Amino acid sequence: MLEILQYDFMRRALIAGLLLAIIIPCIGTVVVFKRLSMMGNALSHVSLAGVAAGLILGINPVLGAIAVSVAAALSIEVIRKKLPRFSELSIAIVTSAGIGLAGVLSGFVSNSANFNSFLFGSIVAVGSFDQLLIVIVSIIVISVFLLLYKELFYIALDEASARLAGVPVKVVNFIFTILTAVTVSVAARTVGALVVSSLMVVPVACAMQIGRSYRQTIWLSVLFAVGFTITGLVLAFYQDLRPGGTIVLVGVLVLILIISLQALINFVVKKENRIRKAGDIS
Amino acid sequence: MEAPLIEVKNVSFAYNQNLVIDDINFEVNRGEFVALLGSNGSGKSTMLKLLLGELEPLTGFVRLMGMEPGKIRSWSNIGYVAQNRAAAYTGFPATVEEIVQAHLYEQIGRFRLPGLKAKAKVKHALEMVDMQEYSKRLIGELSGGQQQRVLLARALVNEPELVLLDEPTTGVDAKNAQAHFELLRRLNQDEGMTILVVTHDMAKAADYVNRSYCMEGGTMVCLEHEQMESELAHRHRHPDRRSIDAIITRKDR
Repeated sequence: MLEILQYDFMRRALIAGLLLAIIIPCIGTVVVFKRLSMMGNALSHVSLAGVAAGLILGINPVLGAIAVSVAAALSIEVIRKKLPRFSELSIAIVTSAGIGLAGVLSGFVSNSANFNSFLFGSIVAVGSFDQLLIVIVSIIVISVFLLLYKELFYIALDEASARLAGVPVKVVNFIFTILTAVTVSVAARTVGALVVSSLMVVPVACAMQIGRSYRQTIWLSVLFAVGFTITGLVLAFYQDLRPGGTIVLVGVLVLILIISLQALINFVVKKENRIRKAGDIS
Repeated sequence: MEAPLIEVKNVSFAYNQNLVIDDINFEVNRGEFVALLGSNGSGKSTMLKLLLGELEPLTGFVRLMGMEPGKIRSWSNIGYVAQNRAAAYTGFPATVEEIVQAHLYEQIGRFRLPGLKAKAKVKHALEMVDMQEYSKRLIGELSGGQQQRVLLARALVNEPELVLLDEPTTGVDAKNAQAHFELLRRLNQDEGMTILVVTHDMAKAADYVNRSYCMEGGTMVCLEHEQMESELAHRHRHPDRRSIDAIITRKDR
């Protein structure tokens, strides 16, 4: 176990991974409860276009991804307002635009290995600048999430009632959209653009199965994400697997386990009740 | 005399040339328990949207506590329970307490955590609807009638003077619907809250409200408590003339 900590790049990957495991589910809970689970997916595809643009222009690809996905996130909100009854359509439109743009731009990237590392993430690719960026973004996301905890909860639960209660819905939605875009872009480097949206929803899905309140569900999502990340990174290191994919697969496996266990418990409880009822009758 | 809490004067409204509200007048005074009755398409939902400021009248004006609804900045003095909202909450992992507390947003203040005062208010609101022992339960685990009471508690948590309810007994069985109306009457009599309930269920409302306004085809008649009873008796004798339209024609004669 300690061997893993001897390498500088592994220590960096662990720190980056843990910070992301804390902030991604925070964003994820709100995204899931706002019924916008596919938003992370759309933004991560779009961020690939930003990565490609960054590589072509010779600027840091993570910064390119941030710029493009913030623009995309805002356009999702604009399209959503134009088509209020089909909010998922806005996400589909932006996803396809992102894939199209990323596809075309990636043709101009000279170093395709570098571009590919953003698809599924790369541990060795976390440089000191990337790490600094993750630390800064994490501090911002955690602070804003705590400061806007009440607002985000009410908006996720029921936007119309939140407005009547005096919550500045528009402003909070705007801030949250930008935070989501930035988080997705930063996470693309470590866990991979194609994997980040899963990390946004799988821990939340696990937590929802056992959470007994909103607060508890958030804590559990963070704990699950941290658990998946550590397990995934260790497995990836010793078995020579791709880290992003391993982390998500660990999560999906745990989700399947939880759901199966619950089904089993329900089955046993029902059966016991039936036996008890039968006993009462006789 | 004090101005009415709800004042609707010469209000008309049309969706694309189609007149759905035709020169309507009505008032709700402090301390009253009033029903707005009407079948589907009678214009009562449009009327409610006008009251909430989601729509603006074509002619005339609407005043809620003396203000135009579109210009009201703080709704903490007006409680509103939307129709069928609880169904959308099923599956949301939030406790009854968390949901009621969310509505105290303005009182708690930005960037602050709820203190003991907020907790006490939540407890009081849940007590008013007899749901205090459910405060730690998930909203999705409750029955339709219980969810409806939680949403009522949320509307009451700021101790509003006026409460508006949109079809509170839709999807609730007859026994629980009656209990809900009894609860509303208690809030009206004991807590002095002014209540306007929008419903299609005249038979239920008749026993509890002081007065009701019946809408049909965009027009309205006012029925006092005794008139509602005789109307219901009339319907019982003439089941073919159940529509409120018939009342309006009879009144016009």
